[in-house]
Amino acid sequence: MTDTTYRQALNDALRSELSRDENVLLIGEEIGLFEGSYKITAGLLDEFGPRRVLDTPIAEEGFVGAAVGSAMLGMRPVVEIMTLNFSLIAIDQIVNHAAKIHGMFGGQSSVPMVIRMPGGGGQQLAATHSQNLEVWYAHIPGLKVVAPSSPADAKALLIAAIRDDDPVIFLENLALYNTRGEVPDGDQVAEIGKASIAKEGKHLSVITYSRATTVALEVARQLEEEGISLEVVDLRSLRPLDRETICASVRKTSRAVVLEDDCLSYGIGAEISATLMEGAFDYLDAPVRRVAAAEIPLPYAKPLESAALPTAKDLIRVVRELLAATSFTR
Amino acid sequence: MVDRKEQRTAGQEDAQTLIGYYRQMALIRRFELTADQMYKRAKIGGYCHLNLGEEASVVGLMTALQPRDYLFTNYRDHGYALARGMSTGAVMAELFGKSTGVSKGRGGSMHMFDTETRMLGGYGIVGGQLPPATGAALALTYRGDPGPEAEAVMCQMGDGTTNIGAFHESLNLAAVWNLPIVYVIINNGLGMATTVEAAAGEPELYKRGCSYRIPGERVDGNDVVAVHDAATRALDRARRERQPFLLELMSSRLRGHSVVDPAQYRSREDVEHAQAADPVPAFRQQLLDSGVLEESLAQQIDTESREAVNAAVAFAEASPDPTPDQLFDYAYATPVPNSPDTLPGHPVTGMP
Repeated sequence: MTDTTYRQALNDALRSELSRDENVLLIGEEIGLFEGSYKITAGLLDEFGPRRVLDTPIAEEGFVGAAVGSAMLGMRPVVEIMTLNFSLIAIDQIVNHAAKIHGMFGGQSSVPMVIRMPGGGGQQLAATHSQNLEVWYAHIPGLKVVAPSSPADAKALLIAAIRDDDPVIFLENLALYNTRGEVPDGDQVAEIGKASIAKEGKHLSVITYSRATTVALEVARQLEEEGISLEVVDLRSLRPLDRETICASVRKTSRAVVLEDDCLSYGIGAEISATLMEGAFDYLDAPVRRVAAAEIPLPYAKPLESAALPTAKDLIRVVRELLAATSFTR
Repeated sequence: MVDRKEQRTAGQEDAQTLIGYYRQMALIRRFELTADQMYKRAKIGGYCHLNLGEEASVVGLMTALQPRDYLFTNYRDHGYALARGMSTGAVMAELFGKSTGVSKGRGGSMHMFDTETRMLGGYGIVGGQLPPATGAALALTYRGDPGPEAEAVMCQMGDGTTNIGAFHESLNLAAVWNLPIVYVIINNGLGMATTVEAAAGEPELYKRGCSYRIPGERVDGNDVVAVHDAATRALDRARRERQPFLLELMSSRLRGHSVVDPAQYRSREDVEHAQAADPVPAFRQQLLDSGVLEESLAQQIDTESREAVNAAVAFAEASPDPTPDQLFDYAYATPVPNSPDTLPGHPVTGMP
């Protein structure tokens, strides 16, 4: 085990896969000389050269689509989109092409590519640069969508995504890059499509993913001191969604809160709630609660931005409300 | 416009080659007329765009393309699939949505695909094929050196495609990365009902590569030999020098945008002009006049085309429909846990 940052874990995974497989290719804006806007690709141009670490013009539709075509010929491109917001410029290539080619052509060609991109608010980047949009991609058959919350998962899921023959949307979060954690030595390969129990507990399940998992874990630690035992389910994979792990947790705790960074309507929380209606209804002591962002283009001014985004305080309040509504006793 | 006579002296095709071109053009013509009928008999669903009037362009391009090269096209793709060497029956079966279709009935008219003949898709979204084709050319630069035997990519599109962003982003990438790709515009003058003049700031479309220093050439798309020669030159340049090229073929659409479009927006003169320029009877007559083709052989080719297409229809009719239990067969290339596989109205998770 090594204590490292989420950023370094991603960098380690890329370096390791570039060394392992000569078909792995990094494509993106400013990933070479500039080492990436968030320095995820630091040092890789020096180590692997401009053929393996390919800087592109500002042309998301063009270079994401070029990655699709190169993957059809056997390359394994790992695309960095500078922020998730810019992926909307490439959405035709992601949704209409990368996601469709394997199935629509009768399984004749796979599209082994990864699109890495950071999302998330809270950085005072205003409305167009603070989105999450994970449900846009999680909605699309043909894609795989992962959103790791810890350095260990970031590394193991990125390695899994690169070795996977399907297009994988790899969602990072700006607020996670400097977070630290223990990462197993060597190349662990995570299983895409599996959630993890980030913390076991018995009174209430918090179902969450990406940055919000770190919030949920911190809240769980605080409430543990009061004798409230939260179970934290880290989805890790948004498509496929591990419904069984979610339902099994709630069947045990009988209470569920979904914590998500994106806005509420039609969100991940809505999907989880519907899943629990189907798979844990008889076990629920109260309706599922959702804690999500306010539905407004995210403002720049700090007091407004902070008011719009879900916080640990919001989660604690909702947990207490739900416990009170279900006559919780320690 | 490249002078036809000049091209002739440059490329002196032998009689067998010219007859071979006619044979392919006649097959595509018969196939498309039959597809139109089959659509009207509801054997074919969805959208269906025909290559009627574009046979000389299709055959000129496909005879220039080598088996080692890769092809990406738009949705008007039946003729390309046939000329690329896919079986007539498998192409018709794809139109019929049968499991024996080239894309196993998953794609239909707009989505012909065959790894073997390296046609990596007809694409239904205008401009959608350009970035992947450009990326395929990028991949070629990782697996071989430039030279006369190198692989190249051809990317076909319609005139309307030159107005979409993907066209410009792709050409720019091909230029800055020095990619072995030939972009081909079939300019039939109409994007659905919108004329090229109404849609394009530079209606001489082969000049649109100038912004990217990509050379272009405009060729008579009704002249199969001129198309073949121009495409061969462009491909050769792509192979040897890894330089992209933009080829514009002036063509005519004999029918509507798709089989359900009566094209009432077209003037009588425009339609008459297109019919007068129809490359299939024109090439047949040219070969008869020059003594390359005997009338008896011409008739035999026409008969063989009809028989081949009839056999394709019979094959498609007799082929099995894909069955619902195969629905999720190609959900993912790499299977993973919890992959969704429920039919409408079925629970996504069980209650113990």
